[in-house]
Amino acid sequence: MPEIVGWVWLVVLLPFFGFLANGLLSFVAPRAKTAVSVVGVGVLVASFGLAAGIFGGLLGHSDGAPFILTFWHWIPVGDLQVDVAFQVDQLSAVMLLVVTGVGMLIHIFSVGYMREDDGYARYFAYLNLFVFFMLVLVLGANFPILFVGWEGVGLCSYLLIGFWYTEKVNADAGKKAFIMNRIGDFGFLIAMFLIFKTTGTLVFTEVFGLAPETFAVDGPTITAITLFLFLGCTGKSAQIPLYTWLPDAMAGPTPVSALIHAATMVTAGVYLIARTNVLFAMAPLSSAVVAIVGAVTALWAASIALKQWDIKKVLAYSTISQLGYMFLGVGVGAVASGIFHLVTHAFFKALLFLGSGSVIHAMHRAYSATDRHEDAQDMRNMGGLRRWMPWTAGVMWIATLAIAGIPGFSGFFSKDEILAMTFARGHDEVLYYVLWGVGTLASLMTAFYMTRMMLYTFHGPNRTGERERDHLHEAPWVMTAPLLVLAAGSVLGGLLNLPHVLPFHGWLTEWFAPVTGLGEFYRAEMHLEAGTEWSLLGLATLIAAVGIFVAVRFLRPAKLQPAAEAPEETGFGKVLFRKYYIDELYDLVIVRPLVWLSDRVLWRGVDVGAIDGAGVDGSARLARGIGAIGSWLQTGQVGTYIFIFVIGVVVLLRAVSGP
Amino acid sequence: MLLGPALGVSAILFSLGVAGVLLRRNVIIIFMCIELMLNAANLAFVAFAQQLGPEGQVIVFFVMAVAAAEAAVGLAIILAIFRHRQTVDLGDINLLRG
Amino acid sequence: MYDLLTAMGYQRWIIQALLVIPVIAAALVLALPASAKQVALWGALAEFVVSIGLWWVFDPTLATMQFEFVAPWIPAFGIDYRVGIDGISLFMVLLTTFTMPLAVLGSWKHIKTRVPGFYALLLVLTTGMIGVFVALDLFLFYVFWELMLIPMYFIIGVWGGGRRIYAAIKFFIYTFVGSLLMLVAILTIYHLVGRETDIYSFNYYHLLANIEVARPWAGWLFAAFALAFAIKVPMFPFHTWLPDAHVEAPTAGSVILAGILLKMGTYGFLRFAVPFFPETALDPRISAVVITLAVVSVIYGALVAMVQPDFKKLIAYSSVSHLGFVMLGIWAATIQSVQGAIIVMISHGVSTGALFLLAGMMYERRHTREIAAFGGIARVMPAFAAILTLVALSSIGLPGTNGFIGEFLVLVGSFETHPWATGIATTGVIFAAAYLLWAIQRLLYNREPSEENATLRDLSGREFAILTPLVVMILWMGLYPKPFLERIEQSARWFVVQVHEVDAPRFRLAAREDVEEQR
Repeated sequence: MPEIVGWVWLVVLLPFFGFLANGLLSFVAPRAKTAVSVVGVGVLVASFGLAAGIFGGLLGHSDGAPFILTFWHWIPVGDLQVDVAFQVDQLSAVMLLVVTGVGMLIHIFSVGYMREDDGYARYFAYLNLFVFFMLVLVLGANFPILFVGWEGVGLCSYLLIGFWYTEKVNADAGKKAFIMNRIGDFGFLIAMFLIFKTTGTLVFTEVFGLAPETFAVDGPTITAITLFLFLGCTGKSAQIPLYTWLPDAMAGPTPVSALIHAATMVTAGVYLIARTNVLFAMAPLSSAVVAIVGAVTALWAASIALKQWDIKKVLAYSTISQLGYMFLGVGVGAVASGIFHLVTHAFFKALLFLGSGSVIHAMHRAYSATDRHEDAQDMRNMGGLRRWMPWTAGVMWIATLAIAGIPGFSGFFSKDEILAMTFARGHDEVLYYVLWGVGTLASLMTAFYMTRMMLYTFHGPNRTGERERDHLHEAPWVMTAPLLVLAAGSVLGGLLNLPHVLPFHGWLTEWFAPVTGLGEFYRAEMHLEAGTEWSLLGLATLIAAVGIFVAVRFLRPAKLQPAAEAPEETGFGKVLFRKYYIDELYDLVIVRPLVWLSDRVLWRGVDVGAIDGAGVDGSARLARGIGAIGSWLQTGQVGTYIFIFVIGVVVLLRAVSGP
Repeated sequence: MLLGPALGVSAILFSLGVAGVLLRRNVIIIFMCIELMLNAANLAFVAFAQQLGPEGQVIVFFVMAVAAAEAAVGLAIILAIFRHRQTVDLGDINLLRG
Repeated sequence: MYDLLTAMGYQRWIIQALLVIPVIAAALVLALPASAKQVALWGALAEFVVSIGLWWVFDPTLATMQFEFVAPWIPAFGIDYRVGIDGISLFMVLLTTFTMPLAVLGSWKHIKTRVPGFYALLLVLTTGMIGVFVALDLFLFYVFWELMLIPMYFIIGVWGGGRRIYAAIKFFIYTFVGSLLMLVAILTIYHLVGRETDIYSFNYYHLLANIEVARPWAGWLFAAFALAFAIKVPMFPFHTWLPDAHVEAPTAGSVILAGILLKMGTYGFLRFAVPFFPETALDPRISAVVITLAVVSVIYGALVAMVQPDFKKLIAYSSVSHLGFVMLGIWAATIQSVQGAIIVMISHGVSTGALFLLAGMMYERRHTREIAAFGGIARVMPAFAAILTLVALSSIGLPGTNGFIGEFLVLVGSFETHPWATGIATTGVIFAAAYLLWAIQRLLYNREPSEENATLRDLSGREFAILTPLVVMILWMGLYPKPFLERIEQSARWFVVQVHEVDAPRFRLAAREDVEEQR
């Protein structure tokens, strides 16, 4: 084991110290913003440096076997032996870099973004805590430890979505996120129970080692395990049917959306499937379900994004859609491609969110300078912002081209790879041709809605307001610098895993071979002719170009009216704008009936009515009723009692003494 | 030796007590009648003790002690009721009615 | 530490000391009414300090009773003063001694009338509770069981809220009905065993070793025990005394009720009802009924908690839900599930006790428990908000807190034997998040604090002193539960073997001989 790998605990612990220090500061010295920034950002920088070192150490030692570091016995009961242990291997090392790297940039950005906020220290405390839990998640060497991180990031997400907690919508959004995640966690727990029942262990390496001899390929047990695991993923990674929390989660500060709800936490589901790819490989049915859900989610969310006006909502649905691609990737068995898209997505989506944060920051400052209360996130109130914010506009265009899939940018390679793999699977099963079609359609929409967002935000006339216009400014360097770094990543990220037909191809795929190799035996061969691959690349380029072209050609930013004066949506546009009314549907079908059942039937009916009313108090009433009969015999006249008593004694004496 | 007459007197005393308790309305009188019954029982005990050994006499002491205690408590109750109600007539007292 | 304590003869006097200290303290409280609070606090603290030694001297490698002490009490009827501690009762005793100083501190400002009486009753209650957990003579057990009922009755009835009389009587009669049936069962076993062996004794081991003779009546006897304990747990549908008692009791009363009294029900199952009649308890039909009720308790308690407008009532129903997990764990009878059940018992005592203390702190400030009266108070009481959030998360069962360890073990263990029931019970984790987070949101968030709430002050030093130990326990048990688990393990294992090897009475004898030998 390279010596530096032994220091991995410090990578994890540093953010935790940051949390403790900032948490303490938030109580004792909430105004000490410099100290908070130094601690908050400093621990991330150190963490990232160390993570990079560990990655480097692993580069030299890629013989395959994972390094397992055990710290202490956590839950030792009978055969159940759960240790607090970390697993450093190719997969977790990549995730380590993404989490600390992107996390570091977002922390730096936050220094500028949150500067004015009263809860500055609290914010950094939560953010540090989030990174801590995220690292636990990606490093955990067994299911329960992964679950610690899994729940912990959910907690931080909850706290950060509801960061401005005096607004009910924010608090509601946080709660919704936590509870929907818990529905997923239910699946995760059941999957763990099943795994423990069948294999008798929860340690990754042992489970994967035992899987081939324990489970029948495509058998009911392994299918159940993987489907329950996937239920967990749909909650955490916002897939159908548990995706509705993510758009609401935009209520949190924008850097939080970038870090948690785009780059890291929501990709945990993809990571989990990649981690357990052996199990999924043995359960083709579950893999197909993953792929189908992924593809459908990609299309579904992309279609909603077409009609959103809130800049963050567009990005939120875009995130759901892109996560769908990742699931499509891991679902068809292209684990490395899924993770590849995870990495490039972390770059360009974090960039988009931070860029939108920079826009919102400027808009917010402009509105508060003139004391006007307009929606600082509504694109109808923006327009032409590139004149004031050239840097932001520039880097966001880079990210847009990346996500739309223009050749040369990272998103092109990662998305194309997933679609190509899906297409390759179509050779054996027609289903995958359909999924490929769905994915391609979604990518057309992606190009369209992203261009739409950019046009309405940065181009055309400005709609912010006459007086506000003078207050629009580019963000400070502390915010733009991270954007530039992310932009570089968005451009160059594709180099990690170039297509087969290009030179230096498939580096990431090879890097992940030790992780994915175990399941390779069970997976269908995915191979494309060079000609097919070239035509797919060409088609992808065409799709992206058409999407962008249509948006530029047909959208008219000049005719748009500010949000306050905008006409109501009509027809299908309204259905899209209202997100297919899914929130309303869930409310009507699940939430309300459940509350009604609990309140009217269970509490007032069963508890107060039946058990207490009829049973408990009823028995008291019965006793009192019988007593009332007896009481009627009691006149209260002592004389009467004695008279009856004497008669009784005489009768008894007569009876006892006999004839 | 005198057992028969003693038991006879005891029975008469007891019956007088019972009759008094049943027929009189004044609580004080009823109380005295109860004492009368207790003493009738004491007489019977003493009479039997003549033949059966001293245990009967011991019991009499117990009964006397209990009677004294009862008198103290009972009179206190009667006094309390009188203060409260200005009457010691049983017909007016039905506190035991639920 | 071990050597030092052993040198002091700790093992010989510890249980007696634990039973006597509170009584002495209670007498002192009554003798010094002017400083009743202080005396009570010192008494409770002394009790706690003395009890801590158990942590070191307890031998985790033994499944049998330790620190046993026997003295004849009423030899004519074979009644002894016989006490001992094993892995199951160890933490119940420690939980009791740990909770009492907090309960005293939690009543500091709250109790203004008849102060000495209140604290004296609290201390007497301590003796009763510890007695229940250490008694190894069924008659002694019954005496302690009833002994703790009376102080609690007065605590609710005298110092309680608006409907305190109703709640107190309901609590008393409900529990009493069950315990009378239990008394009948105890006496029946006593006579049956006595007639068969010619040794009339209430000795736990004696009865356990010869319980075979009671087999023809096992169904009835088990039912009597089970009803007494099920009411105490409380299990649906015998739970309705709990919300009333909790809501009306003063803070200390609620803390003790939730923290310790409820555990007596599950402790009774672990110690008496199930080991005495394993073949009855685990009979498929009876087991199906109990497991169904346990699962119903989990879900039902959570759902009803969700819609409570009163914070204390919400916590009360959440207890029904949590104790459902314990029952599930006991009946699943695997090593994980039983250990998990005991851990849930401990951590429920810590977390729910903390929730009630926090509810009491809210009540002291605003004199209302209505959730709707609050909102946005995280703004004015940040420390309170932070601790309330942490405690609620532990009650939800977030990994890293104590709540997770117990629930996870119960579920993972129960899944082995009852996968469907466990699957349904697992949905409880969703509802737990729903009701607690919703309550927290309405208490702490949602709006700028209203005028009455804007001036609330944050936690005082005394309140920090109460909450800090609880927070430490929550995190300790969540992050490093091993010391707890290893002390419980052997006794839990004994329980599992005991109930599974129902056809191997030899094992029981062996267990008994072990105990005899050890003495």
